[in-house]
Parts: sequence; C-alpha cells; structure tokens
Amino acid sequence: MGKIKITCEEATTICSKAQYGEATLLEKIKLNFHFTYCKVCKVFSKQNSKLSTMCCMVKKQRELSKCCLSEKDKAKLKQQIKELENKL
Amino acid sequence: MSETNIHTLNPDNWIDAYADYLFNYTIARVNDADKAKDLVQETFFAGLKSMKNFEGKASERTWLISILKRKIIDHYRKINSNKGKAEVRMNFYSDGEREGDWIEERVPQDWSGDADAEIETEELGEALQSCIAKLPEKYRIVFEMKTIQGFDTEDICNELDITPSNLWVIIHRARTQLRECMEENWFKK
Repeated sequence: MGKIKITCEEATTICSKAQYGEATLLEKIKLNFHFTYCKVCKVFSKQNSKLSTMCCMVKKQRELSKCCLSEKDKAKLKQQIKELENKL
Repeated sequence: MSETNIHTLNPDNWIDAYADYLFNYTIARVNDADKAKDLVQETFFAGLKSMKNFEGKASERTWLISILKRKIIDHYRKINSNKGKAEVRMNFYSDGEREGDWIEERVPQDWSGDADAEIETEELGEALQSCIAKLPEKYRIVFEMKTIQGFDTEDICNELDITPSNLWVIIHRARTQLRECMEENWFKK
C-alpha cells in the first residue's frame, strides 16, 4: 500500500468511497495526486458527486412514496393466520 | 422471578401490532413490495409453526424480527446463486501494461446541459431510479442499502456476509454503471 501512484481503477474506487465520507486520509492524498495528472478521473469524480446529489433526490422520492401494507393485505393475512392456527 | 418478565405470544394481535413494522424493515432491505409482502407473510407463518420453541426471553417483536432476518438472508442467498452473478461491464483494462487504465469507449463524456437548476427535476430522479433498477440484483441491494437506506458499512457487511473491501468494489461498480446509464439516457439528450 506504500505506492503513491495508483491506477485509474483504484482512483475511481477511492472516489466512490469518498462519496460516503469513508475514504482514509492516505487514500484521499493518493486520489488528489492522481488528479494532478489525470483529467479523465477528475471528470469522473465530478460526475460521481453529481450522482450523489441525484441519489439524495431518489431518497426523498422514495420516502414520499413509501407504502405500507394495505388494509386488504392485512385482512387477508389475518384470515390466513386464523386458518393456520386452527390447523395446528 | 416475577411473571412480568416472561413474554408471551399472541398471534391474533400480530398483524395489527407488527405487520407495518416488519414490512418497513423488509422493504428497506429488499425494495420490492411484493417480495416484502411474501417475506412478512412467511415470517408470521413460520412464527406460528414454531410457537412451542418460544421461551419468552425476548419480546414478541424481537422474536419475529429474528425469524424475518433469517428469511431475508435466505432471499439474498437465492439471489446470489442465480441472478446476482450477472456481469457488470468492465470499465478498466484488467491486465497487460494498461491494467487499471480507462478503456477508451468507457471514458466519461462531458455532461453538457447538466446545469444545476435542471438537477432538481423530478424526471431526473425517475431516470436514476430506472438505472438503479437495471443493476444486477446483488449490486442493487448493496448500493441501495448503503446509498438510499443509509445503513452503516459494518451492518451491511454483517447482514450480507461480505467484507468491507468487497462492499466498496460492489458500490464502485454500481456507481460506475449508474454513471454510464445516466450519461446514455439523460445527459446525451
């Protein structure tokens, strides 16, 4: 793990980890060093951050549309439990 | 020993008391309403069948959750053994002197028209949701647990029986695939 120079694959993996605030200091140093000579990964990194913003939107949308079991489903389940109880 | 410390089971009350709780617990982990319904149903049935094994040490709810957890893990195992093996497109050379470098056609393109104002639109969220749905199931589950549901890395690793480095590889591949999917379906338009 001593080498400072990393491949694009390693760089972008660290970049994804960093999106969750879980990249180590050494990883962040390696990543920023990589950016100094690799513009492609820099573009990737920018888009990866944007992806995180978009994921927050999805998270909000999901929360709004969060469903629970319908009354119909529950009634059916109750019925099934009763039947099974009688059998046991 | 007082009697109050011993928990009892009351199946007639299960649906009203725990159905929503179990369902929400499940949907956070499988994100498929039909599958979640099935798992909750199976949990109640398994609970009924093994009532005689209940020792009253845990609360009714804890006991039901422990059954549900096993059902969810079984579900993951099933996914792992078939669909989960679907291939993810490679983005980097895997050997030779260019190992770890970007493969030319996979290089990120400029996202023109990605003005910040636009990013707030509802359709954008929907486009991403459909890209997430296209991920191989194992990748989707790990990605969603981490990104959408916000579980801790450690919890996901324990629940899915994977190592942290495994988790990051999966997360990264999922994100790379999502980036590409969004580029093709949204930013190129």
